[in-house]
Amino acid sequence: MLDLSDVVVAYGAVRALDGISLTVPAGSITAVLGANGAGKSSLLRAISGLVAPRAGSIVLNGRKITGMASEEIVRLGVSHVPEGRGIITELTVEENLRLGALWRRDRRDATLALEQSYELFPRLHERRRRAASTLSGGERQMLSIGRALMARPKLLLLDEPSLGLAPLITSQIMAVIADLRERSAVTVLLVEQNANSALAIADRGVVLNLGRVVAADDPRTLAADDQLRHAYLGL
Amino acid sequence: MSRFIDLTLNGVTSGMIYASVALALVLIWRATRIVNFAQGAMLMITTFIASSVIAASGSYILGFAAALAAGLVLGAALERLLVRPVEGGPPINAVIVTLGLLIFLQAVAGMIWGNTPRSFPAALSIQGFRIGGRHVLFSPFDLFTVGSVLVMSLALGLLFTRTGMGLRMRAAAFEPEVARLLGVRVGRMLTWGWALAAVAGSLAGLLVAPVVFVGPNTFDAELVFGFTAAVLGGLDSAIGAVVGGLILGVALSYVSGYESPALVTLAALVILVVVLMVRPSGLFTHAKARRV
Amino acid sequence: MTAVAHLIARLEAARAGWLRLPRQTLARHLVLAVGFGLAFYVLSVYISPYRDSQLATAAYYFTALVGLTVLTGLNGQLSIGHGALMAIGAYATVLLIGRAHFALVPTLVAVTVITATAGGVLGAGAARLRGPYLAGATLALAVGLPALADGYPGTFGGDNGLTVAPPTPPASLGLSFPLTRWEAWIAGVGALVAFVVVANLLRGRAGRVFRAVRDHEVSAQLVGIPVARTQVLAFTLSAACAGLAGGLYVVVNQLAAPGAFQLSLSLSLLTGVVLGGLGTLGGAVWGALALVFLPAWATNLSHAISLPTNVSSNLPLALYGIALAGGMLLAPRGIQGALGRAGQWLGVRLRKSTSNEEGSDEQDHK
Repeated sequence: MLDLSDVVVAYGAVRALDGISLTVPAGSITAVLGANGAGKSSLLRAISGLVAPRAGSIVLNGRKITGMASEEIVRLGVSHVPEGRGIITELTVEENLRLGALWRRDRRDATLALEQSYELFPRLHERRRRAASTLSGGERQMLSIGRALMARPKLLLLDEPSLGLAPLITSQIMAVIADLRERSAVTVLLVEQNANSALAIADRGVVLNLGRVVAADDPRTLAADDQLRHAYLGL
Repeated sequence: MSRFIDLTLNGVTSGMIYASVALALVLIWRATRIVNFAQGAMLMITTFIASSVIAASGSYILGFAAALAAGLVLGAALERLLVRPVEGGPPINAVIVTLGLLIFLQAVAGMIWGNTPRSFPAALSIQGFRIGGRHVLFSPFDLFTVGSVLVMSLALGLLFTRTGMGLRMRAAAFEPEVARLLGVRVGRMLTWGWALAAVAGSLAGLLVAPVVFVGPNTFDAELVFGFTAAVLGGLDSAIGAVVGGLILGVALSYVSGYESPALVTLAALVILVVVLMVRPSGLFTHAKARRV
Repeated sequence: MTAVAHLIARLEAARAGWLRLPRQTLARHLVLAVGFGLAFYVLSVYISPYRDSQLATAAYYFTALVGLTVLTGLNGQLSIGHGALMAIGAYATVLLIGRAHFALVPTLVAVTVITATAGGVLGAGAARLRGPYLAGATLALAVGLPALADGYPGTFGGDNGLTVAPPTPPASLGLSFPLTRWEAWIAGVGALVAFVVVANLLRGRAGRVFRAVRDHEVSAQLVGIPVARTQVLAFTLSAACAGLAGGLYVVVNQLAAPGAFQLSLSLSLLTGVVLGGLGTLGGAVWGALALVFLPAWATNLSHAISLPTNVSSNLPLALYGIALAGGMLLAPRGIQGALGRAGQWLGVRLRKSTSNEEGSDEQDHK
């Protein structure tokens, strides 16, 4: 589905990604773990085209997308839910959702996708005419995920969906993600600091440190590796 | 009393023209956080184009359409060529670029059409309506002015709130990065923003030209009034721009009528400074302050 | 070969010895000013009366640009109203000399104070204005003020403006002493005074405070700098320079008329500052020269290829526009910045040629 080889992303002299190679199989949930500054967000930003890698290549379904503009990468089926959720607070809930499918030709399916997002998150339907600024943190996360699904993505990039959410809401969100994969065969790349809840639903785990992959394995193996947990995950 | 009514009516008419310039500034401010100081020169160019087309074809409507079309093209072209490189940089750079454009366009207009202002026709009669046996200071052309600005504002309002295009443009203005992740071609939206703004400016030029004439410098004051009206409305709000234009138009009409026309621009300066000191975010803004 | 080496050694010695400027700020600027003054004097004596009038023009432009440099370059506030401030200075000069029969020097002092006061009042109003708001407010001033002359023709002479008699050179200079050279001297002295005062202020505490406010207003506030007062001060100082420039304008042109102080003058001044290099007094010199020679050059060009009047009369403005927008897009640090970079480049090249390996190594690390 997605292949990264030797991807380097640098901001000035700081290398956020220092030669990352990674393969994400179709239909999988891959959890990307690591401490602050490990390069997790930069990884997603490179894939979705928000930053141009300085070296290396990113290939999506056999097509090279390195250096392509974000707005074109979306059209290839990649939806990125950015850190802090990226809600446009000046717009209403429904406007935020509609925005996710505006580029699509198939208007009928866009309408259907809107209904499905409301089915998935009934809270959003209740608040569809409200300004997005009035939503709570959990509702914002729902809106952000619902909006990403409006594009009917093949690859969903989630950046810290649990950030700032209560444990109960976090587990609900994780359940939704797991459920999504079951139903729609979407591939998920899930960036998390909250290693336990991410590994619980993942098929594979990748640990980053200082812009490099330090471990890639079965989630249970990673969860059981005490040394790794202490060194990189702070658990 | 009748003088008061006349001045008020006159103020409403010119207020709508200021509103149109203000709308042009607000659209661009919302999209790119740039105050387009070249707006006065841009509408000067399109009005000159209208003047030439009317002279050549004898048709006012043709000239009117030509000015609006020229505005659309000019706005888009300028955004692409000059503004794109300074977007996102220090605001002072963008302001300086639009000021450079202002002088350049004025010079080019002088080269093509000469520095002597020329007259410009009105769409309809400028003879005031007869009410109660006297001519009030409100003519069929004034009615046309008020009507056309209202129609344009309404059309822009519908475009922004009711269409996918408008939703895209708002998203691109509020959160460009998020908009890109949702597939919005942000650059194209900004170009459209400048193009539509320039159309609003062109309309103002066509409506005010019969009074101020068409010359390279005759629209300088319109830019000042448009800016003041936009700031009155909060610079971020399209409705605020229209209301701000009306308030400013009426206030300046009283200054001009009861004091002296020479004081009008300085009066606008005083209003501008007072508003900014008392309510820096404008009188009508509803958007929260955004760190820029 | 040996002669060259000898010369270099002497230059080195000179640099180490008497050419080194005093460390103390005031003394340093006085020495610089005396140097500039001497150069100005020598230049003015050897050039034609026409060139003298250009020199005088450059001197009052320089004075105005010094003021704009304080405000825009160092305090980060963009003013499009300096042409209007110059107009205040010019009209005050004409009225004081023509109606109140003041002598020249007291007039110029009084005019500077008057404009500084006007600037202070404006600054107090504008202290809370930022970026585009300040630009818009000063724009209103630039457009609105010249209209006053038309509104009150009794006081300000309407469109034709007011005139004064030219200054008379002292008899001791001889009867054939060119008037333009005398004007150039007066304008030159005014410009030097402005330079010394401003340069001295900027080197010291005031300069640091100005720059702090420009670079980070919130931080400046947090360390206890009174931001609003600083901005009023910058505005006052800047206006004083513009007012003096207006007075010198009258000395050179013997006229104050609204046509000379249109929006285009304010924008020309801004062009001068941007073209010279925002924020450096050295840039103000280049800017002033550009404002004098760009139009002159454009006029010559128009004559040479016989352009139509409409084109030739607007050519200087078109060039200003191109310089302003193009300069901002292509060379945001202006002539002074370009010179600085050229100097650095040359320095690096020289060092490289002397110590090859080290030089290139250093480059890599940078």
